[in-house]
Amino acid sequence: MLLEVEHLSIRFGGLLAVDDLSFAAEAGQITAIIGPNGAGKTTVFNCLTGFYRPSVGRLALERDGVTHYLERMDGYRIARDAGLARTFQNIRLFAGMTVLENLVVAQHAPLMRASAFSLAGLLGLPGYRRAETHAIEKSCAWLDRIGLLARADDAAGNLPYGAQRRLEIARAMCTDPALLCLDEPAAGLNARETGELMALLRAIRDETGIGILLIEHDMRLVMGVSDRVVVLNYGQKIADGPPDAVRHDAAVIKAYLGEEDAA
Amino acid sequence: MGTRVAAALKDAALAGFVALVLAFPLVGFATNDEGGPSLAIHTRFTWVLLGGAGVFAARLVLTVLRALLPHLVKVGRSNSPARLAGPRRHGARLFGALLVAFAIALPFLPFSSRYLVDLGTTVLIYIMLGWGLNVVVGLAGLLDLGYVAFYAVGAYSFALIARWYGLGFWEALPLSGLLSASFGVLLGFPVLRLRGDYLAIVTLGFGEIVRIVLLNWTDVTGGPNGIAGVPRPTFFGLVLLPRAPNGGATFSQFFGLSFSPDQRIDFLYFVILALALVTNAFSLRLRRLPIGRAWEALREDEIACRALGIDPTRVKLSAFAIGAMLGGFAGAFFATRQGFISPESFTFQESATILAIVVLGGMGSQMGVVLAAILLVTFPEFGRAFAEFRMLLFGAAMVAIMVWRPRGLLAQRAPSVRLRAAAVAVEAT
Repeated sequence: MLLEVEHLSIRFGGLLAVDDLSFAAEAGQITAIIGPNGAGKTTVFNCLTGFYRPSVGRLALERDGVTHYLERMDGYRIARDAGLARTFQNIRLFAGMTVLENLVVAQHAPLMRASAFSLAGLLGLPGYRRAETHAIEKSCAWLDRIGLLARADDAAGNLPYGAQRRLEIARAMCTDPALLCLDEPAAGLNARETGELMALLRAIRDETGIGILLIEHDMRLVMGVSDRVVVLNYGQKIADGPPDAVRHDAAVIKAYLGEEDAA
Repeated sequence: MGTRVAAALKDAALAGFVALVLAFPLVGFATNDEGGPSLAIHTRFTWVLLGGAGVFAARLVLTVLRALLPHLVKVGRSNSPARLAGPRRHGARLFGALLVAFAIALPFLPFSSRYLVDLGTTVLIYIMLGWGLNVVVGLAGLLDLGYVAFYAVGAYSFALIARWYGLGFWEALPLSGLLSASFGVLLGFPVLRLRGDYLAIVTLGFGEIVRIVLLNWTDVTGGPNGIAGVPRPTFFGLVLLPRAPNGGATFSQFFGLSFSPDQRIDFLYFVILALALVTNAFSLRLRRLPIGRAWEALREDEIACRALGIDPTRVKLSAFAIGAMLGGFAGAFFATRQGFISPESFTFQESATILAIVVLGGMGSQMGVVLAAILLVTFPEFGRAFAEFRMLLFGAAMVAIMVWRPRGLLAQRAPSVRLRAAAVAVEAT
């Protein structure tokens, strides 16, 4: 199992934002977390990525046979060592830097090692130059894939919204993650762009075999790409299973549409 | 049309009125010492009227020009986020090379003078300080109002090392840089969680703490009396003095020249020029390395940095340390140039000037720092002809620059890595 979340709870003062949540995500699968607004989806993400400390619970991520317990790790180490990459609900690109630079920054850890904490880099040693060329090639491969190669030298902040969303996913992928967490990747996209996004997510899953964890409100996307859907309501899990089963689950329908009048 | 003329007249009248009100106390009265027990006050109301009329006319002309030539006057043109350098990069490189050539030739030019070379030395010190602060403020986006502290640490480190251990400038220079860098880390630790305004306040306090410690720790720093007799730099062991202190050769004896104090001035100029060029190469290089990109990424978005596995602590501390080290080098040079240092040289005024150089030049721009340093250091000098209006003009010039170029003189950011340049180079071969 790639990611195992067990008995996760987080309390903000009197509010129990996530209440005893357990679920799992497997490598090579897309797992979606859905639920009405305020159900605690983004809070779960923020626990996974180290922005919040869970009050209770265990978050185990397995990478290359080593299990990392995310609840004990600093945010940057979760990304660097445990291999969990994320995107944000409101895009967080390095807006003033170029598209290419955004992807090269994401490869900071291997480049930093290659530059021997800047010493080899300052001297311009061949080992570092090779690493840099490799990083640029990898970035270009991703840019080609998301159709932004022609805009590699433009400022990321000047890209159209849909392109920024794709670039953020490519940037996360450049960190070589074991698990990719996407927070509402289709928000603000039109139907055509959502379709392209679905194709991209499927391709990432099938080619790299990494796990994808997805928060999304767009049901067409969720039902279209997910292998498994976890439904939250008021911080509690109310359903967990394949998309078709979840779609017909009585508790889920109740949470989304409200209870039918008894009369 | 008529309404536009009326509006323009009204606008100009308002500007003229504001100028009158401001000029009344500032220009309208002058005090003169006529030998008596008190100062005599003169009034110069004609000047006030002339000034008001001048502002009225200038404002009117400006409005008309703006209406007639909209494509010539575009306010805030460089306001868009991150305009990237385009084909003008070659021009910039050529300009840089010309500037360096001019700097090297300066002491030998026919119109050169001792005063000019000395002024050039001061400009270069500020350029170096500007480049150092540029790492912290321009690249890493950490607003530092106490940068002068590192300048002071560098200067005092060198002075004390020279006094206690008898080391010369060249041996003590790296040590001063290292000591400054460790002070940078020392400042960095407590402010790791702070950003923006809060960081600015703490760094401001740090700068004052360092100055006040220097002022009061009389046993070590000499307090307000400072430290005198800081050794001068040598040219590969040759001193630039009329007579060598302990029987060695002097520069002029060795080369068979007659001694002239100008040699020392010129030598100091070349030392700081070399230091500045090394600093420039060093920081340009760092900017293209992962650490430099991480600094800029940190400036853009710290949360995104963390999500990409970049440790913000290390990135910030390295920016503080590198910036402080460069400031320390400048400080050590300052000490050896003056031969005497005291806490008076390291007031908040200095921090403000260095920050103004970075902001005015355009955050993160190396060339911008050069232009702004030249402007900020030489303008008050050339402005001496305007006597008491010098600082007024200086302030007006700064306001004007910030109005016309709100992101600094050179707001364009050159990418640390570009794809098209590489592709073009391949096509050319």
